[in-house]
Amino acid sequence: MEKSSADKYRELAVSTVIVLFSLMIALILGAFLFAVAGANPLRAYGVMLAQPLSGMFGLTEMMVRAAPLMLVGLGIAIAFRSGILNIGGEGQIMLGVVFGTAVGLALPNLPKPLLIAAVFLAAFVGGGLWGGIAGWMRAYLNVNEILSTVMLNYIAVQVYQYLLRGPMIDPNEVAYGTGVPQTALLSENARLIRYIQGFRLHSGLLIAIALAVVVFLFLWKTTVGYRMRAVGAEPKAATYAGMNVKHNLVLAMVLSGGFAGMAGAIEVMGVHHRAMESISAGYGFSGIVVALFGGLHPLGIVPSSMVFGLLIVGADMMQRAVDVPASIILAIQGLIIVAIVSSNLFLKNPKMRDKVFSLLGGRKIAERDPEGGRT
Amino acid sequence: MAEIIDRLEMNHITKRFPGVLALDDVTIHLRKGEILALLGENGAGKTTLMNVLYGLYHQDEGSVLINGQEVQIYEPLDALKRGIGMVHQHFMLVPNLTVLENIALGMYQHSEFKLDLERVRGRVKEVAERYNLSVKPDAYIWQLSVGEQQRVELVKVLTLGANVLILDEPTAALTPQQTDALIDLLRQTVLQDTSIIFISHKLNEVKAISDRVAVLRNGKLVFDGNTADHSAADLAEKMAGREIKYPKIQKKDEYGVPILQVQNVWADGDQEGTDSLQGLSVEVRAGEIVGVAGVSGNGQRELADAINGIRKIKEGRIVLDGEDISNHSPQQIIDRGMGYIPEDRLHEGTIPRFSVRENLIMKDYRRAPLSKALFLRKGEIDSRSESLVKAFNVKTPDIQTSCASLSGGNIQKVILAREITRKPKALLAAYPIRGLDIGASEYVHNQLIQAREEGMAVLLISEELDELLDLCDRIAVMYEGKILDVLPREECTKQELGLLMAGVAHGKE
Repeated sequence: MEKSSADKYRELAVSTVIVLFSLMIALILGAFLFAVAGANPLRAYGVMLAQPLSGMFGLTEMMVRAAPLMLVGLGIAIAFRSGILNIGGEGQIMLGVVFGTAVGLALPNLPKPLLIAAVFLAAFVGGGLWGGIAGWMRAYLNVNEILSTVMLNYIAVQVYQYLLRGPMIDPNEVAYGTGVPQTALLSENARLIRYIQGFRLHSGLLIAIALAVVVFLFLWKTTVGYRMRAVGAEPKAATYAGMNVKHNLVLAMVLSGGFAGMAGAIEVMGVHHRAMESISAGYGFSGIVVALFGGLHPLGIVPSSMVFGLLIVGADMMQRAVDVPASIILAIQGLIIVAIVSSNLFLKNPKMRDKVFSLLGGRKIAERDPEGGRT
Repeated sequence: MAEIIDRLEMNHITKRFPGVLALDDVTIHLRKGEILALLGENGAGKTTLMNVLYGLYHQDEGSVLINGQEVQIYEPLDALKRGIGMVHQHFMLVPNLTVLENIALGMYQHSEFKLDLERVRGRVKEVAERYNLSVKPDAYIWQLSVGEQQRVELVKVLTLGANVLILDEPTAALTPQQTDALIDLLRQTVLQDTSIIFISHKLNEVKAISDRVAVLRNGKLVFDGNTADHSAADLAEKMAGREIKYPKIQKKDEYGVPILQVQNVWADGDQEGTDSLQGLSVEVRAGEIVGVAGVSGNGQRELADAINGIRKIKEGRIVLDGEDISNHSPQQIIDRGMGYIPEDRLHEGTIPRFSVRENLIMKDYRRAPLSKALFLRKGEIDSRSESLVKAFNVKTPDIQTSCASLSGGNIQKVILAREITRKPKALLAAYPIRGLDIGASEYVHNQLIQAREEGMAVLLISEELDELLDLCDRIAVMYEGKILDVLPREECTKQELGLLMAGVAHGKE
């Protein structure tokens, strides 16, 4: 028993090292980008990483960003664990926003808890539907899910913009002739509680954390979660054990899309109180980084989404302070993905692992007897 | 070109891994023109010893001498320069390159920028003629059979100038016919200035091929002597460190009702327009083991998949204990009482990344007491897994260890534990001892016999005639998607089975 739990901790240590190492590499490479953009990288990073933590505004905004990131990240982790990649978070968020807002506007007088639950459910259905299409196409038509989810993103954008400009537009915008593409405001009952006067921090974060625990329990403590992980880990063996791989792929994408949809609902009910253009701010893609950074584990995704919330808020502040566009954070996110993926490969090589370990003072594992324990 | 190795010595080699003494003062010698078999169970240290010689590891103590001179081998390149080449158990060939290109990969070129394939062609031709090893230089690897690929590996190593060849379980992927061909070929090879170290745990091969045999057990050299002076049973005993009994079934006079009936089944092959099963019929009664003999690739895999609902059948019927299960889903078939030990134990039988515990519940996780409503019950699962690991003697640090880190024999025990304790009505075992050492094979066979005693209907797919003759009440011979004949065990001879497996029907020549 001892040996294996030691192994477990070592694995955990390895993945933590991988993650921190790649963050470091990404930040170092990012420094070059700052230099090219004509800013002092140290100062830029100083502002980006420290300023949000030094005031109430930064702290609350960080958590406001973390909530949708967490939900998208959870969905991505479910999909990855089930052996299917979901790059369609953006589209699924939009569908979630559409379904959620429609229900919110249609039933403005429901009691608050009921209405909020109804909006979440509707958003889950919307996102799940969009994800489910890609899952179904993968399972039954063998369409690569990376292509289909990306393509579905484009379709979702068009549908979304059409709805905001046509059927779902705020009647006032039409009446006054301003024509801003957004829906009417949701009733008070459909708004998440805000905790601190003057700040946007809302109960969505707590809901997201609760859902992270639910996802953890689901994946590791239920039969359905066990089956989904089995299908993801080795579809062949899963088939031989009687599991239906196709059903599970569809289910994984429905759940994954549903979580992205709920991220949309959180933005609507917690932040904007209506559906509007560019509501997602790239959460669908950033969520992938959050999930990878969190080790595709729900309990890693909670802190990981905080880190990325911090980066996003920090990037905004940095933009004002050193005059470099905040979109540089997208480049840094990209670098983090590249760094995580490549350091994963790098450290999967046992010899490399050993070097890292001996640097860290751990014991060797590479030069294990190849037949060790094989008797 | 390296100098000819007249005498190779590995003296007092000791190699430690954390917590394990992998090699303990092992000394072996090899003379020119000799075939030395390195025999031992999995984990005995055979591969480690050879990895030391090939430079993949460096010994902690001891020395390697070539022609009396001590040499230091720190990496495979050092070994190759001195004329030591190794063919690994899994071929190291690039399928999308031609034979020549693959051989060129390992060679030093004169120029960094120009690939001189013609020079390689010349070398290959030279080697092929000298050793009488024909290869098709311009064929792509993927076009070649496993036997041909093996020949390419041999040519590759010989082309690099090796005159000591290390072959790590070279017959693991070969059919019996290919194995015979390889043995002939190796015999010819040593007529030249070459010697061979042959790693194996198959006794009949060792007997057939080697001049001398060294037996390793738990990292120690326990025996070194002339092969001809010792019987196979003798060697088996030395290898296992105890007497090995090849389990055999006891004759029965009565069998139960037919449990598994495959009736005139047709199924598609993987290539379009071909039929892998062509009107196949076979029947297994309760308490009976029926063997399916045949050279692999004659539809055995498809038969196993069809019975388990993984492959659709076009015509015919499959009946399990009176119920038609043709084209039912795998889950339905499992629920009706089918057990299955698949051919590929690592990817079909288990999920390598999952723990032993998670692999043990793969077929029962949805049932009480392992789960309640939607939730897995950790306590029940843990105690069931612990008791199965104990009952089936699975050697694993604990139930949380991933299956990928277990040996083949222990993975097979995990699968057996899972399948047999479900008490299926019928049990299908496909090549259950392929790649396992004697001890593990003995265990698997005893379990299958036990299943027969408990009244299961066992269908055993195999190409090892000894296995079939020891275990089966009746043997069905499969050829090109059909059963040519079903023979009671008492009426079978190896010769007859061999002819039938080659497609020569009963009674005619």
